[in-house]
Amino acid sequence: MQDWILLLVLLAVMTAAYHLGRRRAVIGAGGPSQVHRLHSLPAYYGLYAALWAGLPALLLLALWVGLQDQLVLMLLQAQLPEEMTAGLSEGRLGLLVNDIRNLASGAMLSTEITPELQAAADQYARLDQLGQWSMWTAVLALALTGGWVAWGRTHPGFKARNQVETMVMAIMVLFSSIAILTTLGIVLSVLFESLRFFSMVSPLEFFLGTLWSPQTALRADQVGASGAFGAVPLFTGTLMVSAIAMLVAVPIGLLSAIYLSEYAPRRLRAVAKPVLEVLAGIPTVVYGFFAALTVAPFIRELGQSVGLDVASESALAAGLVMGVMIIPFVSSLSEDVINAVPQSLRDGSYALGATESETIKRVIIPAALPGIVGGVLLAVSRAIGETMIVVMAAGLAANLTANPLDSVTTVTVQIVTLLTGDQEFDSAKTLAAFALGLTLFAVTLVLNVVALHIVRKYREQYD
Amino acid sequence: MRSGELARSQESRETVGDYSVPDARMRCRDVEVWYGDKRAIHGVSLDLGRNEVLSMIGPSGCGKSTFLRCLNRMNDTIDGCRVSGSIQLDGEEIYDRALDPVPLRARVGMVFQKPNPFPKSIYENVAYGPRIHGLTNNKTELDALVETSLRKAGLWDEVKDRLDAPGTGLSGGQQQRLCIARTIAVSPEVILMDEPCSALDPIATAIIEELIDELRANYSIAIVTHSMQQAARVSQRTAYFHLGDLIEVGETNQIFTNPQHRLTEDYITGRFG
Repeated sequence: MQDWILLLVLLAVMTAAYHLGRRRAVIGAGGPSQVHRLHSLPAYYGLYAALWAGLPALLLLALWVGLQDQLVLMLLQAQLPEEMTAGLSEGRLGLLVNDIRNLASGAMLSTEITPELQAAADQYARLDQLGQWSMWTAVLALALTGGWVAWGRTHPGFKARNQVETMVMAIMVLFSSIAILTTLGIVLSVLFESLRFFSMVSPLEFFLGTLWSPQTALRADQVGASGAFGAVPLFTGTLMVSAIAMLVAVPIGLLSAIYLSEYAPRRLRAVAKPVLEVLAGIPTVVYGFFAALTVAPFIRELGQSVGLDVASESALAAGLVMGVMIIPFVSSLSEDVINAVPQSLRDGSYALGATESETIKRVIIPAALPGIVGGVLLAVSRAIGETMIVVMAAGLAANLTANPLDSVTTVTVQIVTLLTGDQEFDSAKTLAAFALGLTLFAVTLVLNVVALHIVRKYREQYD
Repeated sequence: MRSGELARSQESRETVGDYSVPDARMRCRDVEVWYGDKRAIHGVSLDLGRNEVLSMIGPSGCGKSTFLRCLNRMNDTIDGCRVSGSIQLDGEEIYDRALDPVPLRARVGMVFQKPNPFPKSIYENVAYGPRIHGLTNNKTELDALVETSLRKAGLWDEVKDRLDAPGTGLSGGQQQRLCIARTIAVSPEVILMDEPCSALDPIATAIIEELIDELRANYSIAIVTHSMQQAARVSQRTAYFHLGDLIEVGETNQIFTNPQHRLTEDYITGRFG
């Protein structure tokens, strides 16, 4: 008895309900030639019946599949003989139940098969079977009832279209609320874990402290594991890498956008634009090892040849490569806003005897500036949240430094290192990742809101 | 009806009337314009005299706007547009290979169909041209030039207290006068106007028409218009275009009271167009 067979049966019931509902409406109107007497098109009557047959039954099915297992296990545990469960801890009991289920489904066991165990397994199988049967009965009964009720309501004056539209809208509301609730859930869980963190470490230390050393002691006498959670070096590191990235991405992206939208012949643009956008399609992990294995050693050797001391994982290498990654982001957003400047403004400027470059400098860029700023802010929030490149190329040492040739670490890198591997979820070390994540989220959210606000305000100017 | 149309289409497309004027500001001879393979203007010859308003009328798609845009080489910005023939400004060939279109456009200004002030302040809109051409030496001179231009465009009294307000915040008619002020500020010899009142209400139109008449004292003006009343009100000479041909040109009075060509007569009496 597979659940998917039930799904197919349900589908068949819905199809039947559709045809029956449609037929009843057409006959009620007085035959196919009298369809215009119906309030709605005949298909809506069919859909109405099908939806009533399908939706409640599907909801019940989903609930049942989700809850049956727990219900059966509860019944099973209640019925287990006293001698089997006596003196067992919560964990042991769980293992026992697991054994019973495995035996029932014919999988490998970790213990000997005793007659009691066999009996319990048989009992489990019976309960499970019973559950399946009652599910079939309940779901099908609900589907048929729903279909029948809807069918019964169908008469020529019935406003089936409005009803169907309401139901479809309800389905859409349901689905979009899933997306919104998921986001809300993530934010809340990060928020609550952060609050737990801030109950162990004061926010003052976190936001203003300059020493970051999240290793907490496992043993009392452990050396150098006091745990210090001053996140300032992380913030400055993030800022430095992002700033270097923007120094690369903004000039290159903006100038290429200006060239492509104002100067480039049409054929060149047709080739150059997709090529530039390929940059956006390269996985960040590829950029990451490109930064770590090619750019960082190159910068180090270059620095050494002029007598500079360069760390092998420098902020400069990570920032440069991240900048390259962001170029297509900046250029395509800027190109969009530059193209949105009306041709009439260009004509007006040319007609006054302005050259192309004067027109671009004095009319197009000022007009497009709010949009460009918005695009750059979006790019900044991407740079701040970017992880893979900095994990591979920026290093782990939380140095508080302004020297781009030094190794720095970023918020995202620390989140990754804090949560990689096996972790205990009640130590400040692990919870620090949530506090960092919340900070990151807040900053990028503010940047995005500001950027979108600027972009939207600017759009209204020409529409 | 059908045979009548056929008869008309076989009528001569030679320009009726005298297209030349003595001591012309702009002199065009046998101008042809091609968009790709399509010929938009067929050998038009037409002069623009000093201190006169020349209006160009004709049904949509007759080439009057295309011809106007040839006069300051605005067609250069359109891909696949070719111009042949001779167009002279004060005896100088403007399509000469050696001539730079950029200073030419400062001498032949243009006002567009839809007001297109820059998204800058009123002051900066007018100061734009003088700044890029370096026409003034200091702020005082620039201020004076902005004021004179706005006065000439009849806008000064309405905006003198809010020169820093954005030009896009003005009403449509004020915006169009701002665009005219902007054009005047670079002291052109010729002003081209491409249906300058088509986006304006009757009162704003009347103000602009009055302004055009005043501007005639200092500039030569070529205006494309869809309104025959407007052509009759503002211009001294009128040219009638039809499907890329210049059909008839003459004194405005004569064109509207006693047209020589059948097509001109049909158009101004409202039989088509």
